[in-house]
Amino acid sequence: MGYASKSPWVIHYDGSSCNGCDIEVLATLCPGFDGERFGVVNTGNPKHADIFLVTGSVNEQNIAVVKEIYDQMVEPKVVVACGICACTGGVFHDCYNVIGGVDKAIPVDVYAPGCAVRPESLIDAIVEGVKVLDEKAAALKAAKKGGR
Amino acid sequence: MGKATVIPFGPQHPVLPEPLHLDLVVEDETVVDCMPQIGFVHRGLEKLVETRDYNQFIYIAERICGICAMGHSLGYAETVEELMGVEVPKRAEYLRVIWHELSRIHSHLLWLGLAADAFGFESMFMHCWRLRERILDIFEKTTGGRVILSVVKVGGVARDIDAGQMSEILATLEGIKSDYGALMRTLLTDSSIKNRTVGVGAIGYDDAVALSMVGPFARASAVNYDVRSFGRGAYGDLADFQPILDNQGDCYARVKVRCLEVLQSIDIIAELAAKMPAGDIAVPVKGSPADGAQASNVLEQPRGECYYYARGNGTKHLDRMRMRTPTSQNLAGMATALKGCDLADVNMIILTIDPCISCTER
Repeated sequence: MGYASKSPWVIHYDGSSCNGCDIEVLATLCPGFDGERFGVVNTGNPKHADIFLVTGSVNEQNIAVVKEIYDQMVEPKVVVACGICACTGGVFHDCYNVIGGVDKAIPVDVYAPGCAVRPESLIDAIVEGVKVLDEKAAALKAAKKGGR
Repeated sequence: MGKATVIPFGPQHPVLPEPLHLDLVVEDETVVDCMPQIGFVHRGLEKLVETRDYNQFIYIAERICGICAMGHSLGYAETVEELMGVEVPKRAEYLRVIWHELSRIHSHLLWLGLAADAFGFESMFMHCWRLRERILDIFEKTTGGRVILSVVKVGGVARDIDAGQMSEILATLEGIKSDYGALMRTLLTDSSIKNRTVGVGAIGYDDAVALSMVGPFARASAVNYDVRSFGRGAYGDLADFQPILDNQGDCYARVKVRCLEVLQSIDIIAELAAKMPAGDIAVPVKGSPADGAQASNVLEQPRGECYYYARGNGTKHLDRMRMRTPTSQNLAGMATALKGCDLADVNMIILTIDPCISCTER
């Protein structure tokens, strides 16, 4: 990838995580690591967001909320699973209340493991997510042309 | 008075890093009632003591909450040590308290940033988090982790801080002081901040006691209660420890108490570093807790008093592990402070209790 084709806006949601990854998501966007270099802006509105950063292993009560935010996002959209809990359930995989990973609730495009996920790998995942976003946008465009 | 309307708040909300749902009953612009609904982060960690032995569970305990991670591993370790009658070396106690106070600084800086964000002062949020990175750098240098430290173990600590590292830590903290002083001056004297905090969500001393509030939230209402003043562990060796109190009980007082606690923590670390004894950092722990043995422990977390209880059953696994976290104590106070406030102040009042939902629900 040469220049990023888009400044991705991200939305963050805590899907039953321990907070560790959530504060790292925020730290990624703050001066220490400065995710804004890549045009990453944090938004609270799913309709404005391109990339969905989900943390945590997602419990029964949270499935509906995660799905709702995902559904409200406009296509093309990318989901990044932040932290090992969001990827596989992590240390909480055998808890009675968790489904063990975001990909059991919604489709995930990029996995960023770590406990807690490191800001460097989050930046990497977001940049990777922009690539996926481009591919999805191209596919949408092609499908639109084909439909006419 | 207009007709009552219910406005849902959360679980996904820009000011909340964590999911918490509130149904706010609003008449015109005034909140008349609020019904919290929790359960979005409940994972069932207390149940895990049945499948993890007491040494393994310390890593679960510190993942109860990523912000209070150090505190939970410390509180859990102290409880199990009491259960098994283990005496921790003095140097380990000092090191634990130093890391714990560092995590209080990081937690309060994080909170000050989020609070600034809640009233729309985004550059202040960035500045607080910029300073917080310096504390996380210390964590990374001394333990290898930024958030989850995994440095406390049953019987002591896993790593030592040598003299060179210690003087580096003290130099960093000294360097932070002037930057932090400037931030604190803005937080406490800027008129635009005062407009949003002074007199907002006030709780008096009597209410604070009746609602069993803890931590900086209670100390802002003049409740003189801080577990550190019991003088347990290395806290007992401090020359003088006075909890920081304020008698206004409003959002401004809560900001002020936390602001001053950061400076207090820096002083505690400097004092303990000067008095640091030499010696071992851990003792080997063998065997398992006796059947029916019970132990309890309290610890001053950044958010307030946290209570731990453990019961053994003669095996490597604990029979029961229970904790009561500061946020669950403070939720009643939050609901009280919200009643009668303006809708626009809801963000600020919720944040001033420094809610930690993942501690509360586990």
